[in-house]
Amino acid sequence: MSNKILSVRGLSRIHGEQCPLCISSTGPENDTNICPHCGSVVAAHDVNFDLYRGEILGIIGESGSGKSSTVKMLYFDETPTAGSATFYDGDVQHDMFALNAAQQRSMRNKRFGMVYQNPHLGLNFQISAGGNIAERLLMSDLKHYGEIRTRAGDLLVRTEVARVRMDQNPKTFSGGMQQRVQIAKALATQPPLLFLDEVTTGLDLSVQAAILDLILEIQHELGTAMIVVTHDLGVIRLLAGRTLVMKHGRVIESGLTDQILEDPQHAYTQRLVASAL
Amino acid sequence: MNAILTIENYAKTFCLHERNKLIPSASHVNLSVYPGKLTALIGPTGAGKSSVLKGVYRTYLPSAGRMLFRTASGEIVDLAQADEHLILELRKSEIGFVTQFLHCLPRKSALDVVAEPLFARGVETEEARGRAADLLAQLAVPSHLWNVPPATFSGGEKQRVNLARGLIAQPRLLLLDEPTASLDPATTERVVAHLETLKGSGIAMLAIFHHPDLVRRLADSVIELSPPVAIVEPVEEIA
Repeated sequence: MSNKILSVRGLSRIHGEQCPLCISSTGPENDTNICPHCGSVVAAHDVNFDLYRGEILGIIGESGSGKSSTVKMLYFDETPTAGSATFYDGDVQHDMFALNAAQQRSMRNKRFGMVYQNPHLGLNFQISAGGNIAERLLMSDLKHYGEIRTRAGDLLVRTEVARVRMDQNPKTFSGGMQQRVQIAKALATQPPLLFLDEVTTGLDLSVQAAILDLILEIQHELGTAMIVVTHDLGVIRLLAGRTLVMKHGRVIESGLTDQILEDPQHAYTQRLVASAL
Repeated sequence: MNAILTIENYAKTFCLHERNKLIPSASHVNLSVYPGKLTALIGPTGAGKSSVLKGVYRTYLPSAGRMLFRTASGEIVDLAQADEHLILELRKSEIGFVTQFLHCLPRKSALDVVAEPLFARGVETEEARGRAADLLAQLAVPSHLWNVPPATFSGGEKQRVNLARGLIAQPRLLLLDEPTASLDPATTERVVAHLETLKGSGIAMLAIFHHPDLVRRLADSVIELSPPVAIVEPVEEIA
């Protein structure tokens, strides 16, 4: 069995009608991701990478670089306009974008987890924190009420949310706690692959640190493979073994994280590293 | 005996796009490292000693040359070209690097910082911590510091934590960048004794030492590097 869990080839997403010049007139050389001929937005073009079991891959870039689009396509939040992704689940290979909607939903609910920057995308604010987790457990075929409740409570405790807050609405939680509930929810089905989209952005520094520590502990305990999207070099340095650098919808550079930070090759990455505090 | 690492014509040149400049950092480096032996790199500041070590560890992407590493299974891998996942695997199990400065996760106790390479290999937490404690004791790090994050440690204490972390996993090839630079003479002696034991157990080392005396005592072969020739820029670019 290969160590690979995910293999992404030529993944692309263009918003708009597309013309033959979209690709050649966008990207870092043209300093834009908007096609000047037809106005289409090249959110991501020709993204390629392999992810191994238990590995943390970082994707770094500024707003509009295509880093979030990339993970959203892989989590089936957005539909790619081209490219393929293969998910290696044990001995079974899935051609992800060839699956039908029901199969994609099932993969998303049972085998993947997602933590969004905005908790409103990841959590249902009409129901309790425990209910949010229960929802995901129900979708993954756990049916017994008592079991679901115990497991939801355990997950909240694991992510350092007090069990007594289980029946409260996440609306009443702090930003850091909402992220913890999202992480608990994402982990509910013990997925082998987790997507984290700017999970610490906008949080207080001390809260950021605690969330990052939690992510590392989970990776250590469960061996979950993760794709971490961020614009923060510190997050990449702390979490990721390998990193992709994106700009204007393209991967401009990829490598071992320490190499990206100490010996960046692309002009943009050199500027990025030089401007870190 | 077969070399574990053979470097052929390694060169590293940095290309600074912003300033439109090429900065050569090392060139024409040739050397071999053998199991149980220490190869020392010497030369003035700027000769590219650290660049060689970082090239081997792939923190730098080599600009030219080959770095042939013989793995535990007997395969020959060119570290300059090897796939990133293979490099990560080798870092975990075969190649260790003790850098000049301690870079570690904040908020982790010294014990866990040292034990980290063992955790990565799947050693049980308690056993890993036990071995970390033994090593910290050997390197004379006071035991009341073991459960404290190293951020507040003195330079010498940090360096010993750093050393302990590099040595604990007993890699087959150990890269050492001035591992004793900020240690007092007594502690330096402990480190020297420990390095000699590791050599005795067959670990190959490629090292940079601040003190010529340490080179004399520990090195089995010495490679002298000289600074690469600077690239002369055309006059109009300077103006």
